[in-house]
Amino acid sequence: MSLMKRISMIFRAKADKALDRAEDPRETLDYSYKRQLELLTKVRRGVADVATSRKRVELQVAQLNQQADKLTQQAQKALSVGREDLAREALTRKSALSGQLGDLEQQRAQLQGEEEKLTLASQRLQAKVESFRTQKETIKAQYTAAEAQTRINEAFSGISEEMGDVGMAVQRAEDKTAQMQARAGAIDELIASGALDDASSLNRGDDISRELDALSSVSDVESELAALKAGTAGAAPALGASGAGSPTQVEATPAAEPRQEEGRP
Amino acid sequence: MIVRILTEGQWDVPDEHVDALNEIDSSVERAVDTADEGAFRDGLTRLLDAVRRAGERVPDDSLRDSDLILPPADATVEEVRELLGEDGLIPG
Repeated sequence: MSLMKRISMIFRAKADKALDRAEDPRETLDYSYKRQLELLTKVRRGVADVATSRKRVELQVAQLNQQADKLTQQAQKALSVGREDLAREALTRKSALSGQLGDLEQQRAQLQGEEEKLTLASQRLQAKVESFRTQKETIKAQYTAAEAQTRINEAFSGISEEMGDVGMAVQRAEDKTAQMQARAGAIDELIASGALDDASSLNRGDDISRELDALSSVSDVESELAALKAGTAGAAPALGASGAGSPTQVEATPAAEPRQEEGRP
Repeated sequence: MIVRILTEGQWDVPDEHVDALNEIDSSVERAVDTADEGAFRDGLTRLLDAVRRAGERVPDDSLRDSDLILPPADATVEEVRELLGEDGLIPG
């Protein structure tokens, strides 16, 4: 038998079983309605849970992006003082971050997809529950127990299929969210421990910053000294330390040259 | 004919499309039987696309039950097997 048919029969069998249990079919209506409202609450809670997880991942993405920007700035600064080795180190760490960022972005998209799906499911269920409530009141008011049976069957199987479907959607979203929360927790710990500040060499602190700070205080002193020596007559001339490069050459390879503008008045 | 795609909703598919759907459905079923995840993914995607293309959305407040029910778009072979109760995880 076809796959599609088999699945629909499983859903129908569940609905029939629930109906069979009731003594007066009209009682089934009230009981089912109560369960529908419970499920609605559950789906809405599900939407909120998924949204919370999504926001957490978004926050992590923002934190990692900030970290990546910092490393880019460090690399630029390192190059400006002629420390290609430090710049390379900063960029290496940045590339380790981009792997994490890619993974998080994927998670964010997945969570957003689940959130949208659940939101739609909750809207569908809401509309069906409303329509069930109207039919329920009509059936209870206008039909005897015997007559009510077929009408109830019709309304009941439709809503119970929807409930089975929505129940499954919530379950799946919960499972997926739980998996991602575990991963998000691991990344939170990484961020908190500072390991991501320093992705390629643990336990050394933010050594790039420290070294750059040391370098820049030395170069600040040097350039101020040069400015003093030159007197107040004009702008301090370029420091001779880097050799005989003409201004055009300096511009062509700014990265390899020490940057002196910072020290100038 | 009313077709439900699980976690997505219901479509009203004109009867003339049902033969074509059945054909794809058979290939999906074979993939489930042989646990061929690649063929399953491919077939399921084609099946769901065909339903979405040929069918019209059933209004949200309709209480009609479906003639056919299809697995969610991101389902795995294992999930479908569980759904069908072949591993005894889902009681009928």
